[in-house]
Amino acid sequence: MQEFEYVAPTSLEDAVKLMAEKGPKAKALAGGTDILIQLRGGRYQIDRLVDVKNIPELNQFSCSQSDGLTIGASVQNYKIYESSEVQRLYPAMVDCASLVGGIQVQGRATVGGNLCNAAPSGDTIPTLIAESAQALIAGPNGQRTVPVEEFCTGPGRNQLADGELLVSVNLPPVKPNYGAAFLRFIPRNEMDIAVANCGASVQLDESRQKIVSAKIAIGSVGPTVIYCIEASNSLAGADANEASIEAAAAAAQKAASPINDMRGTVEQRIHLVGVLTKRVLRIAISRAKGE
Amino acid sequence: MADKIHVQSNINGYDVDFLCESRQSLLEVLRDVLNLTGSKEGCNDGNCGACTVTMDGRIVESCCILGVEAEGKEIITIEGVASADSLHPVQQAFLEEAALQCGICTPGFIVSAKNLLEREPDADEERIRFWLAGNLCRCTGYDKIVRAVLKAGEVMRKG
Repeated sequence: MQEFEYVAPTSLEDAVKLMAEKGPKAKALAGGTDILIQLRGGRYQIDRLVDVKNIPELNQFSCSQSDGLTIGASVQNYKIYESSEVQRLYPAMVDCASLVGGIQVQGRATVGGNLCNAAPSGDTIPTLIAESAQALIAGPNGQRTVPVEEFCTGPGRNQLADGELLVSVNLPPVKPNYGAAFLRFIPRNEMDIAVANCGASVQLDESRQKIVSAKIAIGSVGPTVIYCIEASNSLAGADANEASIEAAAAAAQKAASPINDMRGTVEQRIHLVGVLTKRVLRIAISRAKGE
Repeated sequence: MADKIHVQSNINGYDVDFLCESRQSLLEVLRDVLNLTGSKEGCNDGNCGACTVTMDGRIVESCCILGVEAEGKEIITIEGVASADSLHPVQQAFLEEAALQCGICTPGFIVSAKNLLEREPDADEERIRFWLAGNLCRCTGYDKIVRAVLKAGEVMRKG
């Protein structure tokens, strides 16, 4: 592997300073399951690797009905799916966090790292979009917040400017009659990169018969995870039934712009978006109904 | 040559001090600095699990961790699995069930399987297959490995 300086700051202020000093020649290290492989493969030439695992703000992990879910950028996947509060309030986060890599990867890899890596197939990103998560970013000019759907700007590219770090992702509190879910299609049952994936959330009205609002996001079918605005809007005010689900799935298929590669063809991926969107919406609605 | 960094960790129950370069993986440190060559390099990119060790009680791939990240951590490698006078039940079961052929994947499988059975001694076949999905074997077809882990579970439940 290339030579670099390793630093492990214990404050956010120091981390930002250490990142900013080296500009594009600095990278953050959280779980390391992507960045270390990329450095070994020569994808980036860096001078400094900033280990962010000793920074308190990046280790925040709290989940409650009143304050929502805060996932610091250094929090590993296993902590998400082993938390009984996350299981109760944000089962869609359990769906995706428990599918990232194998058990070894889940012991190191972080949700924040999955987002920063900005892979079109990133398995936690569709759920974060569906759950209306906000990314909190710290940099030399202070802190800013970005909706997760705007965070990734291309394959492997994100909103972070030189010197900036992802601090946490923050999911708003869950309201009554709300549900979300995530599914991924891969040829085996685990340890593979998505051919397609989908996360969705629905807010039902008090009668639980009508959808007030919905958010659908699809992955591995475009340069970034795609927030399907038309498909999501098609569900606002719609009946929570199969006809609405079918229409939303068809709209999600239109939003997909996949490529042919070793994992799947354009045709298969568009087909999968339809199937996954329908299945995910059914699970989200059933969770919203408390079933 | 880059400056070396002084790292203190606990490996297989022993407090260990070592020097490494920042770019060296934990796997390279184990094998090349500490002569613990039981952990194997398969893919070196986090897919095959041959380099699996436990860090603070969790299985991790040592190729995806820097040696410097081992500071203050407790690490168990395949060399720390057997006791002084006997094999661990998982090792014994692998021998009895002939759950290996070339043997390169075996240290990783044993470290992973032991960690599962310590958490969930009742793990069934489905759970075992799911847990071991991060360990690849190109020889056995997995069946004998799964049988060995089921057998080790039985032994461990009896205590």
